[in-house]
Amino acid sequence: MAEILNVQGLETQFRTREGTVHAVNGVSFSLKEGETLGIVGESGCGKSVTVMSMLRLIPSPPGKVVAGSAMYQGKDLLKATDEEIRHIRGSQISMVFQDPMTSFNPVLTIGRQVAEPLEIHSAVSRQQAYDRAAEMLAMVGIPNAKDRLNDYPHQFSGGMRQRVMIAMSLICTPQILIADEPTTALDVTIQAQIVDLVKRLRDELGMAIIWITHDLGIIAGLADRVAVMYGGFIIEHAPVKELYTNPTHPYTMGLLGSLPRLDVSGRKRLTSIEGIPPVLLEAPHFCPFAPRCKYAVDRCWNENPGDFNVGPDHTAACWVDTKTGRER
Amino acid sequence: MGRFVVRRLLWLIPVILVVSGITFILMHSAPGGPWDRDLSARQVDPNTQRLLNEYYGLDKPLWRQFVAYIIGDYNKDGSFKCGLVCGNLGPSYRQRGLTIQQILFMPPEGKNFFYSRFGYSIRLGVYAMLFAVILGVPAGIISALKQNTWADYISLFIVTIGISVPNFVIAIFLIIIFASWLHVVSIVPRSWDQVDVWILPAIILGFGTMARTARLTRASMLEVMRMDYVRTARAKGMAERLVIFRHMLKNSLIPVVTMLGPSLAALVTGSFIIETMFGFPGMGRAYVTAIGQRDYSMIMGTTLIYAVLVALANLSVDLTYVLLDPRIRLD
Repeated sequence: MAEILNVQGLETQFRTREGTVHAVNGVSFSLKEGETLGIVGESGCGKSVTVMSMLRLIPSPPGKVVAGSAMYQGKDLLKATDEEIRHIRGSQISMVFQDPMTSFNPVLTIGRQVAEPLEIHSAVSRQQAYDRAAEMLAMVGIPNAKDRLNDYPHQFSGGMRQRVMIAMSLICTPQILIADEPTTALDVTIQAQIVDLVKRLRDELGMAIIWITHDLGIIAGLADRVAVMYGGFIIEHAPVKELYTNPTHPYTMGLLGSLPRLDVSGRKRLTSIEGIPPVLLEAPHFCPFAPRCKYAVDRCWNENPGDFNVGPDHTAACWVDTKTGRER
Repeated sequence: MGRFVVRRLLWLIPVILVVSGITFILMHSAPGGPWDRDLSARQVDPNTQRLLNEYYGLDKPLWRQFVAYIIGDYNKDGSFKCGLVCGNLGPSYRQRGLTIQQILFMPPEGKNFFYSRFGYSIRLGVYAMLFAVILGVPAGIISALKQNTWADYISLFIVTIGISVPNFVIAIFLIIIFASWLHVVSIVPRSWDQVDVWILPAIILGFGTMARTARLTRASMLEVMRMDYVRTARAKGMAERLVIFRHMLKNSLIPVVTMLGPSLAALVTGSFIIETMFGFPGMGRAYVTAIGQRDYSMIMGTTLIYAVLVALANLSVDLTYVLLDPRIRLD
């Protein structure tokens, strides 16, 4: 399948009073048509900043994309004019945000907000846009969709609002849907409903998805490929099955070790990763995971590892071969 | 909604009672009375004073006077004279033959309501308000959008002056600059029908409110700008101007609009210093004069009108809240 998005060497920094925060440090990935890419990592590892940089939604100042490219349909999103990127946002690449409570404007009706992308990007009348909005709401499983167009966000529950959010992001049938932790603010049963909904819509509409989460469990059933991020780097990147059966980077291994598994028999203690995530105030010149890594060797402290091929379509950024414990 | 309004209006009754009680006590604690303190004029002889007191009921005990003011009392001839409960604010003790209602609300011959004392004060208050809003809201929005630039700092400078300097001090400076030096406005107008003589009093009166409006607009705009839904709007591909006008403005103006109701009441009722400085024929100056002259019923009447205005302004805030913010429901 054809590649629709290719991000290379993306670097984003924030100027703050304490110094420059190196939030994203050269991230590269690509996305094929209809494919689902999961980006996993703990809070503050640069997942959201990566996708927001792509769509230029980083508040600037203080944020700034300092290097890299994001090719979409032969155009570099990072170098596009404001007008060009505006036409892509919401119509071809759209986003679903984490907190459905705060991501809607409290004083505008749901119908207005859901219809808005269509009104902006295509020459339809308001009535047509509202009709389409009602269809979309019905599609994501809002009962009495037509009547609810005139309701305000506070009249919806959290799960319903996230459905509305998804309807809003898909109303222009985008090629790429970026879901930035869409289930984090919801309780577990609602999470499962949302994930099922997105899967169904993906099969119906055929868009590609970038799904950001810190929950490896959700990604397992949803993504085709997974990129694990740490300290502003993608430290491991693999097809989903390969990653779960054959994790190679010590951080990925740690993450998986901290998850309860139903498919492995026998009683096993869950492990945790010692230490705290790095403060990204210094330019990264050594492996950001080294301070927490039990495999770390001298080289990890002096040089940042590049991506090593460790399997079919599987890369890991680590100086140590964790299978053998030897340096590469 | 209807029930809420009725309930709030009923609350006016205890408010008026308490306000009039306090005013009554304070007023009568001040030494002197309506007939004996006008040093500029010939003193009224004691016998006449006694007759006047008797005529107006000022010789009765204070509690009786208060009851007479609120409910009413029997005249000498046995007829009942209704008080505040009938909407009767009583006769003025100093302006012969006029009731308080006539002094405050009756326009001169052949003019409309807006030429009464109350009307003049309302007009001045509204002009001051317009000045405050037309300048204050855009200034606040621009300062927020251009936070920490020279535009923001200039507006901050003016706003700080407006908040910290009392308006009569600003008034003196502006009078010196624009009237004495530049001669662009006259401060002793022959007639208040001219437009230009309103400019200075309105600007001075509205200056503090303008500053507070700008400050509040800026603060609430800055808060709204960081909201998630603004990011959502941008992610939809909305043009920045539309993001500002459709998604930020309404949200950020909710607190501002709710401040404006009480501000208008404060401008209409709080203009007595400016009215006195400019010799303005409004209610505020009449109020100050009445206090100096111990014109008891005039003091009571004006205070109560002010109290009602403030109460209505507060009610209007609650009602505008409902219009602006769909999350708020009354009762």
